Amino acid sequence: MTVKHLSAATLAVLGLNVAVPATAQADELVLYCSVQEEWCRAMSEAFQRETGINVLMTRASSGETYAKIAAESEQPRGDVWWGGTGDPHLQAAQEGLTMEYVSPMLDQLQDWAQRQAETSGNRTVGIYAGGLGFGYNSELVTENPPACWADLLDARFADDVQVANPNSSGTSYTMLATMVQLMGEDEAFAYLAKLHNNISQYTQSGSAPIRAAATGETAVGIVFMHDAVAQTVQGAPIVAVAPCEGTGYEVGSMSIIAGGPNPDSAKAFYDWALTPEAQEIGATANSFQIPSNVNAATPEAAPRLEDIKLIDYNFALYGSSEERTRLLSRWDAEIGSLPQ
Amino acid sequence: MRSLSLTSERAGHAWLVLLVLSLSAFPWYKDASLIAGPGASALFEALSGRGWFWPLIVTTALLGAASLTRSWQASNLALGLGLAAGVFYVWQGFAIGLRGPSAAWVGDLFARAQDGQTGLGWGGFLAGIALIGLLSDFVAARGFCRGERFPAFCITAIVALLTVFVFFPILKLGLAAFVDTDGNLALATFWARLSAPDLWGVGCFFGDGRCGVVVNTVVLGVLSATFATALGLALALLVNRTDFRLKRALRAVSILPIITPPFVVGVAIILLFGRTGLVTGFVADLMGVRPSRWIYGLPGILIAQVLAFAPVTFLVLLSTLEAINPTLEEAARTLGARSMKTFRTVTWPLLRPGLAAAFLLAFIESLADFGNPIVLGGGYEVLSVKIFFAVVGARYDLGNAATLAMILLALTLIAFWLQTRWIGRKSYVTVTGKSDAGLAAPLPPALKVAVIAVIIPWVIFTLAVYIIIATGGFVTDIGRWDLTPTFSHLETAFRFEFVENGLQLYGSAWDSMITTLWVAGLAAPLTTLIGILTAWLVSRQDFAGRRAFEFGTMLSFAIPGTVVGVSYVAAFNIPPVDITGTAAILIICFVFRNMPVGMRAGIAALAQIDKSMEEASQTMGAGGATTLRRVVLPLIRPAVFTALVYSFVTAMTAVSAVIFLVSARHNMATAYIMGRVEAGEYALAIAYSAVLMIVMILCVVIIQVIVGTRKLGRRQELQGRPAQQPAE
Repeated sequence: MTVKHLSAATLAVLGLNVAVPATAQADELVLYCSVQEEWCRAMSEAFQRETGINVLMTRASSGETYAKIAAESEQPRGDVWWGGTGDPHLQAAQEGLTMEYVSPMLDQLQDWAQRQAETSGNRTVGIYAGGLGFGYNSELVTENPPACWADLLDARFADDVQVANPNSSGTSYTMLATMVQLMGEDEAFAYLAKLHNNISQYTQSGSAPIRAAATGETAVGIVFMHDAVAQTVQGAPIVAVAPCEGTGYEVGSMSIIAGGPNPDSAKAFYDWALTPEAQEIGATANSFQIPSNVNAATPEAAPRLEDIKLIDYNFALYGSSEERTRLLSRWDAEIGSLPQ
Repeated sequence: MRSLSLTSERAGHAWLVLLVLSLSAFPWYKDASLIAGPGASALFEALSGRGWFWPLIVTTALLGAASLTRSWQASNLALGLGLAAGVFYVWQGFAIGLRGPSAAWVGDLFARAQDGQTGLGWGGFLAGIALIGLLSDFVAARGFCRGERFPAFCITAIVALLTVFVFFPILKLGLAAFVDTDGNLALATFWARLSAPDLWGVGCFFGDGRCGVVVNTVVLGVLSATFATALGLALALLVNRTDFRLKRALRAVSILPIITPPFVVGVAIILLFGRTGLVTGFVADLMGVRPSRWIYGLPGILIAQVLAFAPVTFLVLLSTLEAINPTLEEAARTLGARSMKTFRTVTWPLLRPGLAAAFLLAFIESLADFGNPIVLGGGYEVLSVKIFFAVVGARYDLGNAATLAMILLALTLIAFWLQTRWIGRKSYVTVTGKSDAGLAAPLPPALKVAVIAVIIPWVIFTLAVYIIIATGGFVTDIGRWDLTPTFSHLETAFRFEFVENGLQLYGSAWDSMITTLWVAGLAAPLTTLIGILTAWLVSRQDFAGRRAFEFGTMLSFAIPGTVVGVSYVAAFNIPPVDITGTAAILIICFVFRNMPVGMRAGIAALAQIDKSMEEASQTMGAGGATTLRRVVLPLIRPAVFTALVYSFVTAMTAVSAVIFLVSARHNMATAYIMGRVEAGEYALAIAYSAVLMIVMILCVVIIQVIVGTRKLGRRQELQGRPAQQPAE
């Protein structure tokens, strides 16, 4: 009798005793990674081998990671946020979620990477760059391939162009900001409204459109060019295009999360990730971004920024919370609400 | 032992001893082991300057003094002191945060409050349990639950757990709906969010513009629940009421969608019906039409959801059918009714609670479904996805997400209310413990044809989807129809080697696989325990606030997983209950999300079992706990099985809440698969899903063996045929 009754109470106790968390281990690094999994995996493995620091890695898109860091701000669980478009990194810097740190490696970096650090008051730094463009499926588009943004308005691409939703994807927000800077705001929204007639779907993930193009689900996908190149390298019939009018670019960034559990490991990773050796890992993991260390070799297949007509992208303005919220609200009202 | 029995007359003393020990012998804060000794206990912390423990300690001492008097449990003094201890317990947790006091006067009162405090540990949680036990003992002594301690303790404990793990996080998030981005109270902002035209538009019905996201969600939910319930009913009738030969195969096939990780069905449907899909290409060649993207949007989500929810409705309806006492149908036949009339006037009305439960389940699941709309949705927006992107999107807006969540919650509650109205207050008791002999009536021939006509296309479709899933992981690239066989994807995920010092796991999926098995294996029995207990309390115990209690337990099921995830991170990342990043938060999340399923299954089963059997048990002198274990549980085994399987499988396949709660240390399989789908590594995702499904089948078989099926009268026999072994 008594034993039975005790067991009921014991179960209640057992239900809670798992609530006592494991204590933190020495020499660990909790890495929030926002590039593709393959690259994340290669980076954490290489760092672990190099330093013996045990890396606990989580991969999530930059939007998700930003939300996670914001939600955990009272008691941060992550140490370093590595990769993903620069805007959410700048937003995190602006809100004080990330820590100020000047790496001794900073002067080895390209101008655009150092500018990212200046803009954020040294709370983030550029680790790679890549131009915005689009890719088309050469089996579906056999003649007169598109070369400019304007070509995408062509009626033959009706229901055949995909781009991500700028509310969820940093890639697509970069396109929105690029169009505004390239054409002027009202003209940009007029262009996007016309383009809307050809859009079959606003995807959630930034690189989803090019995967759809690779399997033939759509003819054209608007993405970062290195994502298009990655598909080509893997054997898909994809041709990457740098639009003739000019285009914007992203500065993939890295930040140390303020108040993280392992600040020393975080700094070690930060410095290591800026070395040429660490930056050359990307090419082995099917990632063709341009590394930010001037001494790191650019992958052969990577689209060179010199070959692309780049606009002078204003990261400070378009990375700020206010401008971002304003542009996205306007996108919701004028483009997102149009009938499909 | 007798003196420590937790439901005897001296239970109050036992709880009091536990409370005293938790305050003086165990470490109060987290990150200390159980045997850290009294040095880290609340008493010593209080002596060393953390004065905010004194009110709790003094109240406990007073309770100890009160316990020396006779029948102290029923006295007003004890109840007052117990309540005061509860208040002081909660207060000490919230008054001082991680980095300092939450109010200035607390800081003035206690100098050490400036240091802040971390989350509760062993002592903290034990004290909470002891307080719950004490209070339940006091209310039982005052006549709550007819003075029975076991149900009183269960009710108090479940209410406390629900408060901490369901209402507290949602309350925190609900408050967020009423504040603007700067944290100020803003009713105008709330109203603007609530009345936004992109929520309520009905333009698509009139051919101009698009429909609002709320309208979309409701349309999808109603269609999906209707089709899924119809299909589930057809399956249940075929299995339970005919001699259809492939029944066992059918049962097996119908289990498949339940154990399928969410994204993989969407991927398979795209590979079949997408613009370059197998079926699309075939039809396009045959009919000479241009392949279109019709699958993206309502049709695609609907197909995937019906496929996913039909087995759930099937399980619910099957357990209802199995529990219908065949003597009623036999009586109708004996009185001269034709089989169709018997079905219409006897079987169908008895099925109504099951149908309502099945429809409700499918509707709520459709509202909360996240995996299918995100893969197949195209331009068709639904609430769950919109909430997700309001939280993880490039524009983080917790207030908007909270507002949308409130709408989703309201929709679910309306559905729940309508269902309760429809079932009405009729009696569905058919298992009475009296004469129980009889055979279930066979299905009328006309109905049988209809049932088979519904099921055959479904079987073909399901098989096609699962052939894709079975092969996709083992060919080079299913997306581009490169069908060269390969094990490379499996190797990436599950590579292992035998080296000198034993087995080494190298695959990238091992971590998430092992965590998932642990979490699901711990969550399932806990979920079932709490779910069935709750069902029993709700349908068999008479206590004040029973309706509110039932309503409260359903709430946790209605809250979309995405919102649960964010609210958990927001509520449990800071003291006093500081558990984010642990495996415990995953288990707790699953237990309270899935517990209503066990409860509903239990209530449906109990509704058909007459109370007289339990009354007989109690007349013979058995207490509440013994009656539950010896009489009720064996009778509701199908419900226990449903609850165990459902909670285990959901823990392995759920994704929306999980993606916020996984951490680098504790990653879950679905979060990993979602990442693979997102990155376009379809083959790896499919291979992992296939392995996960095999593991789940094994586990379901094990559960079946452990739980077994209920045996009542000659119920295993059908139409005079010898009893068969229960199907898997």
